[in-house]
Amino acid sequence: MVYIGVALGGMLGSLLRYILSLVTANILNDGFPTGTLIANLAGSLFLGWFTSRLIEQKKLDAVWAAAIGTGITGSFTTFSTFSLETLLLLETGHIGMASLYILISVLGGLFFAAAGYKLGSKNKSRPGVGVK
Amino acid sequence: MIEFVMVAAGGMAGALLRFQVQRITPIMTVPLATIIVNLIGSFLLGLMIGAGIHGNLYLFGAVGFMGAFTTFSTLNVDLVKLILNKRAKPILFYTLATYIGGLLSGVAGLWIGRVI
Repeated sequence: MVYIGVALGGMLGSLLRYILSLVTANILNDGFPTGTLIANLAGSLFLGWFTSRLIEQKKLDAVWAAAIGTGITGSFTTFSTFSLETLLLLETGHIGMASLYILISVLGGLFFAAAGYKLGSKNKSRPGVGVK
Repeated sequence: MIEFVMVAAGGMAGALLRFQVQRITPIMTVPLATIIVNLIGSFLLGLMIGAGIHGNLYLFGAVGFMGAFTTFSTLNVDLVKLILNKRAKPILFYTLATYIGGLLSGVAGLWIGRVI
């Protein structure tokens, strides 16, 4: 059952990321990987919240947690595309754009995940340390 | 329409494989499974782009499979948990291994892909 959840979630998350990349590339058309950036930051915010609010407080059964967390969110966000987009920007001489992309991804990803996590753990007596 | 089918099929396979890697990797302070999928995925995506695959194969393998096999949200939530636990060395190791390792494995994939 959990495999079906992850499989369906993976399909959905990937499709959402693909659609987002098509939409942003059409609107902006400036060569900056905005689609991946939005997916990665939004996904980090959501997974932070989802982890502290639902998974660590055991408000959701394991199949749904895996389908939404591992499946949808894990597949919506991507690391390989980030790596290759950065490398291709560097290779084509867009050093400034590449640096900005790295900076926003690294710091922004952490910031949004932390913000989501904090948002979700508001009503908890003890911050979800060491809970897995 | 076929584009969406390719991305969805690749995404399904990538997510399942990532889930399986997470299941079989021993649990450690540093989330080894996430490092493994992100580095292997960056290498393989580099390989595909270097080899110039395109069309439906690109949508399946690169956008779908590698896009879903690797993950960015888990990386950051893992880091937040390590920070809350004040694990300085694992935080540093995880961050550097992922970002520097990801870029290096991506370059390696690109180069090899262009040669073959």
